[in-house]
Formats: sequence, C-alpha cells, structure tokens
Amino acid sequence: MSALYRQLRDVFVSLKLTVVLLALSLILVFASTLAQVDLGIYAVQEEFYRSFVAIWRVGGLALPLPGGYLVGGLLLINLVAAHLHRLKLQWRKAGIQLTHSGLIVLLIGELLTGLWQEDFQMAINEGDSKNYSESFRLYELAVIDTTDPKFDDVVAIPDSHLARATVVQHPKLPFRVVTKTYFPNAALARRDASAPSPAAGAVPIATQGIGPNVAVTPLPLTYKMNENNVPAAVVELIGADGSLGTWLVSPDLGAPQTLTHAGRTWRIALRIARAYKPFSLQLLKVTHDIYVGTDLPKNFSSRIKLTTPDGRDDREVLIYMNNPLRYGGYTFYQYQMDSARGLTVLQVVRNPSWLLPYVACIMMAAGLLLQFGLSLLAFIAKRRVSPTT
Amino acid sequence: MKRFLPLFFLLLGLALIAKSLVPVRNSSDFDLVAFGRLPVVVNGRVKPLDTVARTSLVVLQSSQNVTAPDGTALTPNEWLLDVLFRSSRADAYQHFEINHPDLLAIFGLTPEAGRAKRRFSFRQLESKIDELQRQAKLAASVESAVRTPFQKAVVQLYANVGLYFRLKASLVSPDHKDFLAELMVFQNSVVAGVSAVRAKQAGQPHDEALAAQMMEAGGRFARMGELAYLLSVPPTDGEANTAGWKKVGDSLLETFQTGRVPPAVMVFAGLARMWTSGQAKEFNEVLRLYRAQLEKNFPTVLGKSDAEARFNAVQPFYTATLLYVLAFILAVISWLRWPAELGRAAFWLVGLAWLLATAGIFARMWLEGRPPVTNLYSSALFVGWIAVGFCLGLEYFYRNAIGSVAAGLVGFATLLVAHHLSLGGDTLEMMRAVLDSNFWLATHVVTVTAGYGATFLAGFLGLIYIVRGVFTKSLDPGTADALSRMIYGIVCFATLFSLVGTILGGIWADQSWGRFWGWDPKENGALMIVIWNALLLHARWGGLARQRGLAALAVFGNIITSWSWFGVNMLGVGLHSYGFMDAAFWWLLAFVTCQLVFIVVASLPLAKWRSFRSA
Repeated sequence: MSALYRQLRDVFVSLKLTVVLLALSLILVFASTLAQVDLGIYAVQEEFYRSFVAIWRVGGLALPLPGGYLVGGLLLINLVAAHLHRLKLQWRKAGIQLTHSGLIVLLIGELLTGLWQEDFQMAINEGDSKNYSESFRLYELAVIDTTDPKFDDVVAIPDSHLARATVVQHPKLPFRVVTKTYFPNAALARRDASAPSPAAGAVPIATQGIGPNVAVTPLPLTYKMNENNVPAAVVELIGADGSLGTWLVSPDLGAPQTLTHAGRTWRIALRIARAYKPFSLQLLKVTHDIYVGTDLPKNFSSRIKLTTPDGRDDREVLIYMNNPLRYGGYTFYQYQMDSARGLTVLQVVRNPSWLLPYVACIMMAAGLLLQFGLSLLAFIAKRRVSPTT
Repeated sequence: MKRFLPLFFLLLGLALIAKSLVPVRNSSDFDLVAFGRLPVVVNGRVKPLDTVARTSLVVLQSSQNVTAPDGTALTPNEWLLDVLFRSSRADAYQHFEINHPDLLAIFGLTPEAGRAKRRFSFRQLESKIDELQRQAKLAASVESAVRTPFQKAVVQLYANVGLYFRLKASLVSPDHKDFLAELMVFQNSVVAGVSAVRAKQAGQPHDEALAAQMMEAGGRFARMGELAYLLSVPPTDGEANTAGWKKVGDSLLETFQTGRVPPAVMVFAGLARMWTSGQAKEFNEVLRLYRAQLEKNFPTVLGKSDAEARFNAVQPFYTATLLYVLAFILAVISWLRWPAELGRAAFWLVGLAWLLATAGIFARMWLEGRPPVTNLYSSALFVGWIAVGFCLGLEYFYRNAIGSVAAGLVGFATLLVAHHLSLGGDTLEMMRAVLDSNFWLATHVVTVTAGYGATFLAGFLGLIYIVRGVFTKSLDPGTADALSRMIYGIVCFATLFSLVGTILGGIWADQSWGRFWGWDPKENGALMIVIWNALLLHARWGGLARQRGLAALAVFGNIITSWSWFGVNMLGVGLHSYGFMDAAFWWLLAFVTCQLVFIVVASLPLAKWRSFRSA
C-alpha cells in the first residue's frame, strides 16, 4: 500500500471531510435560496444543483461555490468509503449504518428521478375527452398525413432536433425536413405584405404557408416561473425532386398549415410535445369550493371518467388536492382550474422511482431511532446506577 | 422553612391558574357574556362574537384594551356592542393605531392627540377619509413587496377603517336611529310594497310613495349585504349547512320574496334598540329567548362557540408565560442559593406551565378539528411546547436546574413570539385547499416543528454553557460535562425530527404536486436544519468539536432555525426591496446578531472564561 494511496484514503474516509462538505452544502443551499429571489427556481436548480461549480452573485461580487454535483458526489464517496473502511457488523453500529444506507437510497432515488421523471400536463374542458398529455416546456414539429379521413398518421420531431438543425429523414415522409433557422424563444407579429422585404442577412422569411406574412423577433430565453419560451423555426421540406419551399412554424401561429405533395395532404405545426396514453380521460365536472363568506379556496376537484379502448376500464374517479389518481404508471394531480370556464389542468407525472423516498424515509427514521434509542437506554441505565454524576 | 418553598410556589402557580379559570362576571346590568357567546360566521368558520371583538381590536390597535373618551375601560364585548349598534359613541373611541408620522400629517394630527400617543378615533380621521382613500389607491398600485413604510401604513389604516365600516353595517343599518321600528314598518308593508313595485314596472296604477320606499329599502339592504363583515343570520335548515349563514342585508333582500323578516334580524335590531336606550332587562331577555331558539337547532355549534368564548377569557398562554418567567427566575436563583428547594420549585412551575400550555393547545385542536400546527402562530406554541417538554425530561434526570432555566427561557420566548404573531388577527384560520390534509399536517408539520423546537433548545443550552462559563464561576467540570451531554442528546432528537419531518414534507409534495423535492425556500430551510444538526453530530464524533465547540455550534443552530422558521417567509418580502424592512425582519436580524455575539464570546480563549481561569 503506497503512502499516497493511504493518504488519499485517509482523506476520503475522514469525518473532517464530512464536516467540511456538510458546511459547504449548507452554504450552497443558503446561497441558492437567496438567489431564487432574482433568478427564479428553475434557473437556480440548473446553476446551483445540476452543476459542479456554482456562481453566487452577491451585489457586484461573483463567488464561486462547489455545485450540487460536486458536493453531493464527494459526500456520497465520503460516505461509502467511510462505511467500507470501518465496516463492522455490530448492533451498536446498526442504527448508523441503516441511516446512512437510507441516505444513499434517498440520493439514488433523486438521481433516478432526475433521469426518469416525466412531467406533463393535461388540460381538459368539461365534457371533452383526451388521450394525451402535453409537455410543460418541450415542443415538437408534427407532420401529419391527413389523406385518409379515418385516421391521422403523425410524425413528431422533437424540437431538440430542430435546435441542432438535424436533417430528418423519416420512412413515413416522402420528404426530408431541414431546419433553416431555429429560435428557442421568439415573438411573432403580423407583417405588412406591402412593406419592403427585410435586408439581406435578416431573418429568412418562409416562402410557403402563412410565413411570408409574419415577422419574427428573437427573444432572450426566460427562466421566470410564469413565462414560457415560445420557439419558432423555419423548415424546408425537400422532396425527391427538390425543395417544396420553406415554412415558418411556431406554437404561436395557432392553426397548423396545410400542404399537398405527391397526391397526399399534410398538416405541419410546431406544437407543445404530446405523450399519448393507452387510455382516455373525460372531464365530467370541475368543482371549486370556497369557505363561506370568503374567497379562500377550500378544495379543487375534478370528476373524471376513465376509459380504455379495450373496455376493460370504464369508471369514474375523483381527483382533488392531496388525492391524485394513480393509473397505468402515471399519477394525475389536480394542478390548475378555471371553474368558470369548466376547465381543469391535471399534472401528469411518470416516475418509476417514486417509491424510493418512502423506503429511504423508513430506513433513516428506523436507523436514527435505533441509534439514539440505544444510547438513551444506556444513558438511563447508567443514571440509575449513579444518579449523582 | 425553606423546605416549604416548592409547595409554596406550586400553590402560587395553581392560584394563578385558578384565578384565570374563574368565569368572567358582567361588569354592568347587560349580560355581555351571553352576547359574546352568540355565534356568527367570519373568515369561513363559526366563532363567538367575543372572538370577533377581540381579534378586531387587535387588528385595529394591537391590543384588546380599549377605553372610552371619558377614561372608563371597556370590555371587548362592550366595545363591539357600541361599534355594531351605537356608532355615535364608537366614532369617538380611539382605536385606530397610527404610528407613521407622515400618515398622521395627512390627518393634521400630532401623536399627543391620540390615546397612548398612537391611537385615534374615527371622528379624528373622518374629515380626511377621502384623502386616505386617494393615498390608498396610489399605494395599491405598487406591488406589496416594494411598498414604502408610509404606503404600507396607508394600506393598513385604509383596511382598518374598512373593517370598522363593515362591522358597523353588520347587524343594523348604520344610518338609522331605530332600525327595529323601521323593520316593523317594513314587515307590515313589504307584501303590498312588492306588488306596488311590480305594478309600477308593468306600467299599471300603483302607490308611488310605497314603491319608492321599497326601492330605497332594497338599495340600502343591498349595500348592507355588500358591506357587512359578519354572516350573522343562521341557516334555517340546521347546523349541518355551514354554507347557509347569511348577512343581515342579504337575508333582508330575501324578504321581498318571502314577505317575512327573519327572526334573527329582528333580534339584532331589538338588541340594538335596547342597548342604545339602556334597557338591560329587556336586552338580557331577548338574548335569552334567541339563545333558547338557537339551542334547539345548533347544539354543537353553540357548544363550540361557548367554549371558544371561555377559552378567550381564560388566556391559558398568558398565564403560562407568567409561570415560565417565575420558573426561570427561581431556577437561576437556585444556582446561587438553596439549589434543592428552589430547583424543585422551578421544576414544578415549569411542569405546571407546560400542562397549562398542553391544555391550551388541545383546546385549540378541538376547536379547529385539526392537528396542533396549522399556521405560524400555532407553530410558535408548539415549538415552545416541545422544547419545554424536553426540558422537563432533562431536569427529571439531571436535577441541576439547567432544564428549568432553558424551559423558562424557551417557553417565555416562544409565547412572546406567538403573542406578536397573534396581532395579525384570528389565530384559528381555515386551511387553504393545498394544506387541507389532516394526515400530513399531523405527520410532516408536527415533526418538522418538533425539529425546530429541539434545535432551538440545543441552542439555548449552548447559550447557558457559554454564559455560565464565561461570566460566572459556576460551570464546574461536572456541570460542564452534564450540559454538553444534554446538548448532544437534544441534537440527536433534533436530527431525528428534522430529518424525518423534512423527508415527510418531500413525500407530501410528491403526493400533492408530483415532485419530491423542488428546492423551494421553505424546503431549503428545513434541509439546512438537517444539515446543520448532522454537521454537529459528525463534528462531535470526529472529535472536531468538544464541549465548548459543541455549545457554539448549537448556538449557531438558533440562527439557522430562525432563518428557516421566519427568514425564508420574508424572502419574497424583504430582501429584494431596499426601501422596505418589516418590523419582524429587524427582530430576526437582532436575534441573529446577538447569537453571533455569543459565538464570538464562546471563542474567547479558555483562560478568559471565569469558570476555567486557574484561580
């Protein structure tokens, strides 16, 4: 065993390192809390926790702090190393070991949640039925073949492909989709058709569809809680015989644009990314209760009819605050509501690792109880013997 | 003699409690107590008028004590009766608190013109109400977080004047001398009046005067209905229908359809007449009859509102505060003289105060039908309760009065905090939809709050270690060792509660919003307590902190806990606006500063500590 190895090992298993890392994490959490006032919660998560180095801006100063990945990762290494190094199977140590194992489960659970969790929303009007949920932030370019009146054939291209300007060639499409321009956030305005076309080098205006009549202004990305980034893109469709033209697409355009090619009819639209479900939810009734004589909300609830195409499930469920519907690996939460317009918005979450925090909580609570309980019992027994000390 | 000291102080404490339990006697011929027990609905729950009187006074002038211009003290119920029924007098009561000099300048007032140099009557404000309204509109256009202290004061006073107007329009029409007489005339003419109005609308012959009278009455009732603060007319279909309570104005509007003025409305108008004309016997008789009627349909509601009125009068937390102070003094003295006797006396008083606080917390839980912690106010009660509970345990084992001193300190401090939080109004609030879950309130909120309590207690024990060590010679090695063990033990509990509580909070968030952890300020605050406690334990296990270090670290825990408890709530308010500093923010800052001073004191070299100086 080399001296260097022993030195490194001693650092990584030391309680001193634990204390330093805990102190650093305390500062990180405190700084991130203050930073939320200016940055908003989403940007703070990215900058402070999903990073190795975070920059904390206080007044005019920019202080570098070890980020969440660095502190968390080192703590995890410290924890595992210390336990492996001092591993002894004793009752006296069981509580501590259980607690720390719980902590590992909790951290792994959070890691998996970050990797696996999908967050969508589903807005339904009273009487309407939906079998898909929509993303909070992601968009997709939908190219829909509507030639057959019986069904639509949809090819959805995630906006990340547009952002990277990937050339998309899909077997169902008789043309390639080439992104000419992509704005992650942009504002649209009606453009005066008689005005002279913009100078060379300005935003390329689409040649087809509604594009020529619309002016696009790129905007900086927003991280505010109550604002969304609305992307816009100009795509060119290139068939076997050459270009069909360019189209401006954006969720702000509203209706999809229609085109015909090779005897088939297509609709094209950049829309909020959808996730289809093998079942559908119909909103029967929304209820918004308030306390009498006040405008304080007492409860929000949505009565929903849940049906599957095979007819196996056909029942009514009630979703309200603190009482989500868990079905088919998804959880549906009451998220927002406009009872006057009969609209409910459900949050739809898929998180295969949702159970881990529960397990971790039980492990850590049991571990601490065991550890402190044993110490307390020993202490009381000792006091009984010599109550004067 | 001194061996009777514990018994003496125990009896003294019991006497204090007994005195608070004696039912309030009426100070005049009017049965004010029975009036205070009448149930009404405000802020979504049934409460006795007694609570309305007390919380309104506290909101208007931060105190329940009010005096008439001639200097006679009024009970809250007397005050409320004048506000509701006899505005000619109430308008002269100085119950609007104004502290900001610029706001006083608007009314052309000086502090000397007010009661206690800060309370003014409606008469004094009346002529400039329009200007107040204009200023309030200007201030309202500014986001509440960035308002200047002046704008905040304007908005507050405007709301308070609004509350006063709303109270006045709650039971009788404020612009009528004898509402009862008016209602009797109205009752006799309403059927004919409605036909006259119908005929008028149809263009047929009608009694023009009667129709006009009806239209005028309708307009006035509608205004009363809009303005009124109290939902005072009970539903006709029994107590299950809590949504059926109505305002006097609204139920008078229904009279146009039913043709019959509801009995409760007549009762209030009758009470108004008898109160203004000084007919105590009749007043009491009307109350008795109305109550007998309510007993039939609202037995449970009455039971609760009676109990609440009684609870208001007993003020268990006030008595508990006195007992904590007394216990603290006795316990400190016990370190200098008669340790056994005074120590036991202090221990018993702490126990008594704690039992009283327990009873108070249980009473609130029963009234509300909720677990103990539902808002900041009740969290302050609970933090104190849990910390003192631990102190009793420590004192039971150690018998060195340290537990009692800490209990007196924490008990007093938390009840003081609670008192200041109660100045916001009614402390029994309804829960917003998101929080409406007794299961999570009982598990997550209670454990997290217990974690606050334990962390604070460890911090206060740290303070005792530092103060006794640096400034006195009383910290002998045995005591120092015992204190250090106490801190360690309490930190263990604090870790358990704050860790489990925080994770339970995550699980609640997962259940309600679909995410376990979102790094929001309150979550971060709870996490910081967990991290700090974990740091303390690891520093001790690693030998990085010994007795003195542990004490100093525990004191820093006070800062972290106060930040999580109150600081993060001020984030949206205080920190991103430079002009504005809430009063609570200054208190928090003062607390943090003095804790930092103690930490600096703790880091003095041991040679400077009086207890450790080699004499």
